Parts: sequence; C-alpha cells; structure tokens
Amino acid sequence: MALEVEDLRVHYRTLRGDVRALDGVSFGLADGEIMGLAGESGCGKTTLGKSLIRLDGRMRHVGGRAVLDGGELPIADDKAMNRRRYRDVSIIPQYSMSAMNPTRKIGKLTADLLRAKGESFRELRPELVRRLELVGLSEQVLDNYPIELSGGMKQRMVMVLSTLLDPSLLIADEVTSALDVSNQKAVAETLVRFRELGFVKSMVVVTHDLSLVYQIADSIMIMYAGRIVEKGPADTIINAPRHPYTRALIEALPEVGLEYGDRRLKSIPGKPPQLLNPPTGCRFRDRCELAHDRCIEDPPAVDLAPDHTASCWKVVD
Amino acid sequence: MGRYFRRKLLIYGVTFFIAVTINFAIPRLMPGDPVARMLNRHSVSNSESAAALRTYFEDVFGFDVPLWQQYLNYWTALLQGDLGVSVFAFPSPVSSVVLDALPYTIGLLVPAILLSWIVGNGLGAMAARSKWLDNSVLPLGYLLTAVPYMWLAILLVWSGGVLLDWFPAARGYSLSMQPNLSWAFFVDLVHHWFLPFLSLFIVALGGWAIGMRNLVIYELESDYSNYLQALGAPRRLVRRYAFRNAMLPQISGLALQLGVVVGGALVTEVVFAYPGLGSLLLNAINNQDFFLLQGILLFIVIGVLLFNFLADVAFVLVDPRTRLGLEGGQS
Amino acid sequence: MTTDAALNADVIGKRNEHLYFALRNPKVVIGLSIVLGLLLLGLIGPLFLSSSPTAYVGPKSEAPSADYWFGTTVHGRDVFVQFAHGLRSSYLVGFLGGGIAFVIGLTIGFTAGYRGGLTDEFLNMLTNVVLVLPALVVLIVISSYMEVRGVVTQGVIIGLFSWPWVARAVRAQTFTLRNRDYVDLARLTGKRSPQIVVREVMPNMASYLLMSMILLFGGAILFASMLDFIGLGPTNAVSLGTMMQQSMAWAAIHLGLWWWFVPPGLAITAIVGALYITNVGLDEVFNPKLREM
Ligand SMILES: Nc1ncnc2c1ncn2[C@@H]1O[C@H](COP(=O)(O)OP(=O)(O)OP(=O)(O)O)[C@@H](O)[C@H]1O
Ligand code: SF4
Ligand SMILES: [Mg+2]
Repeated sequence: MALEVEDLRVHYRTLRGDVRALDGVSFGLADGEIMGLAGESGCGKTTLGKSLIRLDGRMRHVGGRAVLDGGELPIADDKAMNRRRYRDVSIIPQYSMSAMNPTRKIGKLTADLLRAKGESFRELRPELVRRLELVGLSEQVLDNYPIELSGGMKQRMVMVLSTLLDPSLLIADEVTSALDVSNQKAVAETLVRFRELGFVKSMVVVTHDLSLVYQIADSIMIMYAGRIVEKGPADTIINAPRHPYTRALIEALPEVGLEYGDRRLKSIPGKPPQLLNPPTGCRFRDRCELAHDRCIEDPPAVDLAPDHTASCWKVVD
Repeated sequence: MGRYFRRKLLIYGVTFFIAVTINFAIPRLMPGDPVARMLNRHSVSNSESAAALRTYFEDVFGFDVPLWQQYLNYWTALLQGDLGVSVFAFPSPVSSVVLDALPYTIGLLVPAILLSWIVGNGLGAMAARSKWLDNSVLPLGYLLTAVPYMWLAILLVWSGGVLLDWFPAARGYSLSMQPNLSWAFFVDLVHHWFLPFLSLFIVALGGWAIGMRNLVIYELESDYSNYLQALGAPRRLVRRYAFRNAMLPQISGLALQLGVVVGGALVTEVVFAYPGLGSLLLNAINNQDFFLLQGILLFIVIGVLLFNFLADVAFVLVDPRTRLGLEGGQS
Repeated sequence: MTTDAALNADVIGKRNEHLYFALRNPKVVIGLSIVLGLLLLGLIGPLFLSSSPTAYVGPKSEAPSADYWFGTTVHGRDVFVQFAHGLRSSYLVGFLGGGIAFVIGLTIGFTAGYRGGLTDEFLNMLTNVVLVLPALVVLIVISSYMEVRGVVTQGVIIGLFSWPWVARAVRAQTFTLRNRDYVDLARLTGKRSPQIVVREVMPNMASYLLMSMILLFGGAILFASMLDFIGLGPTNAVSLGTMMQQSMAWAAIHLGLWWWFVPPGLAITAIVGALYITNVGLDEVFNPKLREM
C-alpha cells in the first residue's frame, strides 16, 4: 500500500462550531493506483485532498492518521509536513489557472521554488525542459509570465511543476473543470502518462465528472457528507455499484459512454445534510429509498470483495 | 503599453482642460460681480493702484466680447504663461508669487509623501505577519487616518512649539534671517520644517500601513500563495512574493492619494504659517484675490498630473501585466 | 419544500445571520455607539442648551468648569454650546455629502458597468478625471466665490466631487455580476435594465454598498472640516471646523486655551475613526472568511 488513511477526522473551525468536513475517513491506495474521488459538491473531496498535503488555517486535525510508503504523514505538524510536501506528496490544485505568481517569470518562479526546497534549478533544468516538451510546451515558456499562457498551457505547466520532484502521491483536484473538452481529454491522458513514466507513483483524482474518471482511474471512491460510502474498482463502481447513494449517482448520469463529455453529476432529490451538526446514523438516510430502522445507527464498512467496500446496512443483509 | 500611456495621457489632458475650464467658468457663473468684489476689498489701499487695478481687471475679464472669445482669450493668455496679476501682492504676476511659495510646499510634501509611504508600507507588511503588532498597528492606523490634518498640526504646534518650546511654532525661517545659502540658514530652515513635515507624515502614515496590511493579507490568501505553501515553500518566499505584489496597488494608490495629501499640506501650512501654497491660498481667500487663487489651483493640478504620470511610469516598470498590455488599458 | 421557498428561507436566514453577527461584533458595536452617541448629542444637545453658539455668555477664556463644561472662548462664548451645534453641522454635511456622492457614484458606476460600450468609455473617463482632480483645491476655489455659504451647499459641492472611487468600484462589481446567469435569466424574461439592476445586482452588492456609504460619510466630514478651517465654512452656522479656525485666528494655541481646539478635532477623529472601525467590523460580518476564528 502506498497510502493508508485511517479514521481521518478534519474539522473547519467556525464561530458557530466545528464543521465536520471529514468524519472518520479510511481507505487505502495501492502503489501505482489512480483513484477517482467523486461525490456531490460540499461532501469533503477538497478537504480530503488538502488534509493529505496542507491544512489551511481554519482546518483542524481532530483524529486519525495517514501513512505514506510505510512512514507516518505528520498531518497536523506543519513544519514536519513541509519536508514531505512536493517531494513525497504533491498537488495540482483546483485553481491551476491562478496558481502561479502573476508577476514572476515562470522560470524564475520555478527556480525560486526549487532553491527554497534545497534543489538545484540548473541540474533539474534539462529534465524540466524534457517534461515540458512531453506535454507540448516549449522551453520558451520559462521566459514568459503566467498571463502570457493560455488556460490549457497554464494547466499543463502546473502539472509539470507539481510533479517535477517525482512525488509518491499526487492529488489532482478538479484539474479538468476549467478546461474545454479537448483540453480535458489531453490533461486526463497526461495524468496517466505521468504515472506510466514514473513521475508519480499513485494519484487521487478529485472530480465531478464520473465518465472522465472512468477512463483513467483504476478505482473510484465515492464520498457523501464527510464520509466514504463506497470504494471499488472503476468498473465495479460504474457498472455494479452497491451503495444506494452510488447507484443514485450513476443513475443520474444519462449514460456512461466511452466518449468524454460534459456529463456531470446530476442532482439527486433533496440536499445532503449540513456538516455543522450532522445527523447520527447513516447520513444518506433522508434521501435513501431503502432506508429502514437500522439506518439510525452508523452502517459498517462491508468488504464485498477484496478491493470493494461499501458502508450500508442493506449491503450487510 | 502604448495603449496604456495613451489612455493615461488622454485622461490627464482632459483633466487639465476641465480644470482650466472650471477656472474660467466659476467667476462668470457665480452670482455677483467679481470685479466689484475684488476692488471692494482693495479700495482702501492707495487710489492710484486701485485705478490701475480697475482697468486691469476689466481688461482681463473682457466682459465686452462674446463668451467664446473670452474663453479663447483666456486660453491664449494661459498658454503664454500669463496667469494674471496678484491683487494682494500687487503688482507681482501670479506666476511669480506662486513660484516663490512652491519650493516650501514641495519641500514639505515630497519627503512627507515618500517617507510615509515607505514607512507605512513597512509597518503594514510587518503587521500582516504578527498578530501582536497587527493588534496595535491596525487601530492606530485607523485612528491616524481619521485625524483631520490641521488638528494634528495644531496639537503639534501646541505641544512641540508652545508647551515644550523645542520647535518654532510658525513660519518657514526665523524673522531675523534672510534667505541665503549659509549653513546657519539651512539649519534654521530644517528646524522650522520639521514639525509641519512630521504632522503630514504621521497622518499619511496610517492609511499606507492599513492599506499594505490588507493587501499583504489578501496576497497571502491568494491562490499562488496557497500553491507555494502546498508545495512546502518556506514562509520567507511566500512573504516575499506577497509583499512584492502588494506593492503594486500601493504605487497607484500613491497617485490616487496625492490629492488628499496635497489638501492636508495646505491646511497644515496654514496652521504653521508656513510660507508655501497653503498660506498663500489663505491670503488669496482673505483678500478675495481670485487670480491668485486660480493660479494656485492650476499649479496644483499640473503638479498632481505630473506626479500621477511618474507613478504610472513606475507602475509600468514594476508590473509585467501592464507592461505586456495583456490586461487591456488598466486605468 | 419547493426550491423557491428554500431560496427565500436562505435569504432571510442570511439577513438575520448578518444582524446576529453584527450585534455581536465588538468593533461594530463600539464604533456605532460612538457615532450614534455623538449624533444624539448633536441632535438633542442644542435643544436643551438655551444659549446660541455665538452669544457672549460668560467670562472670557475660562477653563472647563461645572458651568461651562468645555470652557469659554476668548470672547466668552460657551465652547460646549458651539461643540453641540458643530456636531450637528458635521453630521449634516456627512449625510448630504456622503449621500450625494453615493447616489452619483452608484448611478454612474451601475450605468457604466451595465451598459458597457461607449457609455462606459465616457463615464469611465469622467470618473478618472474627477478622480485625479485635487478635489479640495477645486472646492476651495468654488467656495471662495460664494458670498453666502451654508452647511447644505457645502454638503452638496462636497458630494459632487467625492464620488469617483465608488463609481469605479461599483462599475467593476457590476461588470462581473452582470455576466452571471441570473441576470441573463432576468433579461430573457423581458425585464428592463433598471429593474434588473435594482432587483438582481443591488442585493448582491448590498454589503459592499453599505460599507462605501460609511466611508463616504466619514470622508465628507473630514473634507468639510478642512474647508471650514481655511475659512470657507458656513457663514451662518458653527461647525467643528470653524471652531478650529476661530481658535487659530484668535491664537488659542499661544494663549493655552486648549479646551477650544481640542474638542472639535477630537470629535471629528472620534466620529471618523469610529466609522472606520465599524467598517472593519462589518467586513468581518459580511465576509465569513474573516469571521472564522
Ligand atoms: N473554510 C471553511 N469554513 C467552514 N466550512 C468549510 C470551509 N471550507 C469548506 N467547508 C465545508 O466543508 C465541507 C466540505 O467542503 P469541500 O470543499 O471539501 O467540498 P468538495 O467536496 O470539495 O466540494 P466541491 O465539489 O464543491 O469542490 C462543506 O460542507 C463546506 O461547507
Ligand atoms: S444505510 Fe440505510 S439509509 Fe444508508 S444508504 Fe444504506 S440503506 Fe440507505
Ligand atoms: Mg472541491
């Protein structure tokens, strides 16, 4: 296992109390696995991604742990975590379009960053140029300011920059949402290529676009209201989901075709519960057609196959 | 870049045009006869100069020709550097009276603006990094920006000039001195300059500090800062970027704030009876010396526009976004 | 629950929430108390004070005492009476100047941002021109030509010259807002543009507008005090600025009559400072991001 997350709990502190954005999240990620992470807006996908690399000022690590390549990730310890960032864990953020300092040339920015991490820009430059060419960018971009690049170019630039130190785990958050269809496809394929070339070992790809993630992911994990409801091989999740929520999600898709398109998750009637004071028991209860008495208690995570788990009482039966 | 400067120059041109037009229009739009009022004030002085004045005014206002011609004549005179004759310093031309006072105002304004900008930015950037400092800089900054310029000047004259008697309470140099190039005169000049400078400096400081603090905090929360931090860049690098980017709006802010600081300098000079444009303005008002008043306005407008232009050039030099002209004419 | 009802409930909830947090934000509470307290003094103070601010009521140059709370001037005028009346003028100028600037800035900003094109070019140019004009000096020239000056005229001319930055900000905000879907939707359903602006765009900027109104209010007070101080204050009323001007003219500093020039300046500082602090507090209320922690 490359990554092992156990009972992770991360809250946002607000004046009105803690928002339990991650409330007991456990999963594993194998070496070389690309895992798609999906779920309705606000279910905690970004929070999970950020928890594995950097908690922002309002986030608090309440419990649980993460182990990467056999070593503990010091999630709550910003200093200790700093040494692991970029080298071991890296991120392609949701906001790639604005991720680079607008007033610094891209090459200078890269040099600043590498120097700060104790790497030599001069030594890494040939590799950087090679990777730029791989994604279709010329060496020239290093002399450009970010605004001189198109959206797709910026996205690719950030992808190369984020993976330059060959991290073991890469978190890609909504990397395709801001792009048009042809760019989406290119970016998705690049992610797979990066893994094949060994630039990254395993990946968590956060997305709204199930059909896109189906193309590139080995496994898919579905979140609902701060918890994991189902994880399994991509094929199984798309074609034979077991959890009622996953089913509803898949059914909301018009058709999971093989081509890319902007088929996003359609909404399911009702709203997910708010995470300030989440209800006890199964959180999907209000919207679930199969809900019954037992659902008042927390459903256990049931192993349906060696690599397929779902958290639902109906699955137990 | 060309587009950016063309746009700016157009704005400054139009502003100058409008300022001149205001100067032309106000005396003609306001109720009452300006000539009569100006003469009224001065009928007390010797009759010879009063007579000279009357013919002069009637000539200058030239009410007997049509309005458009008056307007053209006005521009012609202006472009020849003729701003009229000062009433209160009769018969000196307005331009020479203004030019005499100008160095004092510039000597007060330029150091006060630049130093308050530099120190304020430094304080603000420091406040953005330390909670403790922030809790003192922020309220103090707001307090300072709320202080009327003349009130702080009054307090300084009262405390430093009267109670403690460390500094002269008025004037640009001692009565006993004649302006000359000696060391003693220079020391005297600085001695008189210090309190008014300090007053302007302190009031202007607060605004810059608050502005910088907010900008740095904003930059520190921006996407590029988050990305750098997610990649484990040290705070130092993130701060350096944030600080540099926060400086940019502060440079254009320098130009935007100029009008306010100039106003502050005028009233501060009045408090200190400092022999710059402010005191001249007060004299012009008290003597209903409209030519002088308008001359001062014109000089200030020109100064502000020049300064704005300098700030634009500086801005283009430091901000690649404007330099590349990709953001369109940011104006 | 239909989505409409849900939306409405959300809006109401949000408003209550803002009020809830505003009343619990110490900055807002302290700031508003100062502003309202002084306003109250300016409003009802003069009603209870029998003498007029220009009446010679007592001994000359007397320090504050039980009879004359803020002392008297060199001529024996009651400084406290002047102060109360001065507060009144200052608030009036603030309301008028700030209000007029607000309305002009709002109208020009909305029109420019909403219409775009040539209208925008022209209005933007106008805004930029007024922005670089040194307003105080222009106001000085205008005021000096007026033989009779009142608090109201002063408020009006201040308002006429202090709107540009509001217009600029509103224009920018309208630009981004007008491209949002709900405005398009409103346009499709055939509503006319002023309606769209008022119904759809305004509520989305409400917090921002409230805060700029507060800043304009404070700015107008500061502005007026400077004009007054140069001797271009109202000819028929006492203001905080004219109090300072008079104290200077009669050498109060050298005579040590601090009670004459300290209260007016302090009051202006307190009002404007309290307004700024309120604004910081409101910012925290409206921006939940700042509110957390
Ligand atoms: N700064 C914050 N303060 C308080 N609550 C927050 C904050 N950020 C996120 N949350 C809450 O945490 C929950 C999870 O948010 P998160 O951003 O992880 O969702 P997401 O799954 O990434 O959604 P999306 O698909 O919209 O990106 C949400 O309910 C959200 O309301
Ligand atoms: S546990 Fe119960 S409510 Fe939850 S998904 Fe399963 S059946 Fe539905
Ligand atoms: Mg997200």
